[in-house]
Amino acid sequence: MSKKKIEIKNLDFYYNDFQALKNISLDIVANQVTALIGPSGCGKSTFLRTLNRMNDLIEGTKVDGDILLDGENIYAKGVDVVDLRKQVGMVFQEPNPFPKSIYENVAYGPKAHGITDKDRLDQIVEQSLRDAALWDEVKDRLDRSALGISGGQQQRLCIARALAVKPDILLMDEPTSALDPIATAKIEELMDNLREDYTIVIVTHSMQQAARISDYTAFFLMGEMIEYGPTERIFEKPEHKKTEDYITGRFG
Amino acid sequence: MDANEIKELEEVQAEVQENKFDRVENSTDNLKQKIGFNLLRGATWIILAIVLIIISHIVRQGIGVISWEFITEPPRSGMTEGGIWPAIMGTVFVTILTAVFSVPVGVFAAIYLNEYAKQGKITRLIRMAIRNLAGVPSVVYGLFGVALFVQRTGFRASILSAGLTLGLLTLPVTITASEEALKAVPNSYRHASLALGVSKWHSIHTNVLPYAIPGILTGAILGLSRAAGETAPILFTGAAFSLPRLPNSLSSQFMALPYHLYIMSTQHHNLGAVRPIAYGTALVLISLILIMNFGAIFIRSKFRGKFKE
Repeated sequence: MSKKKIEIKNLDFYYNDFQALKNISLDIVANQVTALIGPSGCGKSTFLRTLNRMNDLIEGTKVDGDILLDGENIYAKGVDVVDLRKQVGMVFQEPNPFPKSIYENVAYGPKAHGITDKDRLDQIVEQSLRDAALWDEVKDRLDRSALGISGGQQQRLCIARALAVKPDILLMDEPTSALDPIATAKIEELMDNLREDYTIVIVTHSMQQAARISDYTAFFLMGEMIEYGPTERIFEKPEHKKTEDYITGRFG
Repeated sequence: MDANEIKELEEVQAEVQENKFDRVENSTDNLKQKIGFNLLRGATWIILAIVLIIISHIVRQGIGVISWEFITEPPRSGMTEGGIWPAIMGTVFVTILTAVFSVPVGVFAAIYLNEYAKQGKITRLIRMAIRNLAGVPSVVYGLFGVALFVQRTGFRASILSAGLTLGLLTLPVTITASEEALKAVPNSYRHASLALGVSKWHSIHTNVLPYAIPGILTGAILGLSRAAGETAPILFTGAAFSLPRLPNSLSSQFMALPYHLYIMSTQHHNLGAVRPIAYGTALVLISLILIMNFGAIFIRSKFRGKFKE
């Protein structure tokens, strides 16, 4: 076990002159949930977005160091970002379904990747919605607008939409911060099931959430990764004073 | 501002005056509020009054000559009788040509500027140039049209030259409106699509453009309705003083409503006698433009509800 899915080596990241990530190195383990915690502005979201190169969309950013996905450097010349993102899916902080029907939301990715067969699409949509634990709630209204369902359902729809393109890795950027406790519980339960098939990296500002759902935890502070290890150990026996201060709520 | 909005404003104001103002009756804040409200309302009414005065004047003076014959016959007897059919169709044709030139170029330029171009000094400069272009007097466009299309490219004075000239004139409006419409599409649509491993162009044309189209069309139509009413740019580039037949090719000259109106109000040998025809022409031109603007309002309201639940 503990196969390395992503290896990050000496990663530096800059927004123009501001260095947002400083010499980050860690291995993300396959089929496990890795939580990134730390106070606002510590670089955890920036780090997450380096993994599917979403930071490329921001002008004036620069990356140094290597990120190896299954041994291949995703920042190497000639890497197709579009292919990378098929492999590394992402769920955003705010549920952001497209203003299309529930069905079209989930089918959007597969369609864009050239699947036109109706039966095949139906099958993908159903499977993705089942995997996202949403099927039973929406199966009778797949043709209705995705904006008409609750925030928690919308977020699970966004997860289904990401699953529909069959990624290996799922990045989640504070996926429950806009949701109520019940919707949050559902998403957490879902993530627990998804780890069987996916490698999950989640940014969360909730230490309880990290403790509940993750196998590994990385603590970020001011652009540096202070500590990384199995979640239990991080929460029970943190090695660094700063980690301890943060998880015991002395700052953050 | 349409009638509904004005009514809404009045209702709100009545409510405010009835309820809330009672409680703070003697304060100076209250007085200031009242003055402010009335100033705003006054400004609104002034605009409405001006529009109504202009339209009612034109309708009263022009409605007398409006008849089936007037809108379907060419002018006769030195333009003292007959209708304005060639001018109506000339304006319609030249506006269509304008749309064909300016809408695709404008939309593509807007997509490039908003979605692809690196944002920085150069794009800022381009945007500034476009906004300034919108302020160039239309007669200057006319002169430029003569130099470029009539002479340099050899299209002569023709409906093609006039359409191209009007196309240039509306381009800034189309680009700006299209860019605003694209900007109004939330970035989350772009990001969510890109994060699914969908290429940039596919994301834009399946998940950004469709939501910008109502705004783009509205802007384009408003730009075109301005072009339809322009005289100066077509004056030297293709509009004919009098031409009984319709243009039958891109190189034909054409009659146009605004130019016809100009002739009938200032150039005709018997101005007094043709005054009603001038007003009739103005009425038809205004109606045409109003129809286009209502089209824009219709498109906007039709699409507005579509993306919500």
